[in-house]
Amino acid sequence: MMHFEFHVEGGNFLKAGAASSQLKKILKQLNVDPKTIKRVVVAMYEAEVNIVAHAYKGDIYIDIDTKKIEITLIDEGPGIPDIDLAMKQGFSTASSVVREMGFGAGMGLPNIKNNSDELTITSEVNKGTTVKFATYLNQ
Amino acid sequence: MKIKKVVELLNAKVVSGHDHLEAEVEFCFASDLMSDVLTVETENLLLLTGLANLQTIRTSEMSDISKIIFVRKKNATEEMIRLAAENEMILIECDYSMFKTSGILFSAGLKPVY
Ligand SMILES: Nc1ncnc2c1ncn2[C@@H]1O[C@H](COP(=O)(O)OP(=O)(O)O)[C@@H](O)[C@H]1O
Ligand SMILES: [Mg+2]
Repeated sequence: MMHFEFHVEGGNFLKAGAASSQLKKILKQLNVDPKTIKRVVVAMYEAEVNIVAHAYKGDIYIDIDTKKIEITLIDEGPGIPDIDLAMKQGFSTASSVVREMGFGAGMGLPNIKNNSDELTITSEVNKGTTVKFATYLNQ
Repeated sequence: MKIKKVVELLNAKVVSGHDHLEAEVEFCFASDLMSDVLTVETENLLLLTGLANLQTIRTSEMSDISKIIFVRKKNATEEMIRLAAENEMILIECDYSMFKTSGILFSAGLKPVY
């Protein structure tokens, strides 16, 4: 069982992806197969970018055991009023700054779902959002 | 097709990762939308983009893309080049438009993803 933590700054697109990059290096060192690594880091990167794009700050907690990689992202931010709507392909409230970075097409949450085996999102408006997902390791 | 050939066809300039010129590429995906790039599952992909910022490199890192062409005179910054080198990527700058670049590479036999 291994545990890692990362901090994410809202609005800072220069650092967006730094945590996902660290995770990728860790998973490579652990010899996780490349396809699984890609699924995990793509999901994590979209979730990390969501904190940068939509929230004020957040923390990422990663737990790895022999069966799965579990990632929990907890942010302080505006929250998501309607999670079902936010999960819809194409729904986005992203600013033009976010779009200039190549995001903001409303494809992030659906892609996190697509690249994970378990996903739960909970959110409180004006407080923050918690995105928790897990990807199973091939046995 | 060798990346060397791609560079030649496009009259392009390699700005990082010259040691990857002999690498082979089969598929190409053209997009400025990083979220879309992050949905592609094809391996050994050449990315054609007009978006030149740090997130282009980060997106490629997460997607296992190691070959990027910036079209229409978009330049890679020093920070992008540093991050690309760290991830063993080849970065190529090309003056042609996305349309012309895509046309040339498609005619030369690079395959589309979809
Ligand atoms: N961490 C978050 N905090 C607040 N809102 C969020 C968060 N993550 C996602 N959202 C909301 O859900 C929408 C859809 O997210 P996503 O599918 O990643 O698309 P995009 O980020 O491109 O807008 C966002 O536009 C935003 O309104
Ligand atoms: Mg997003």
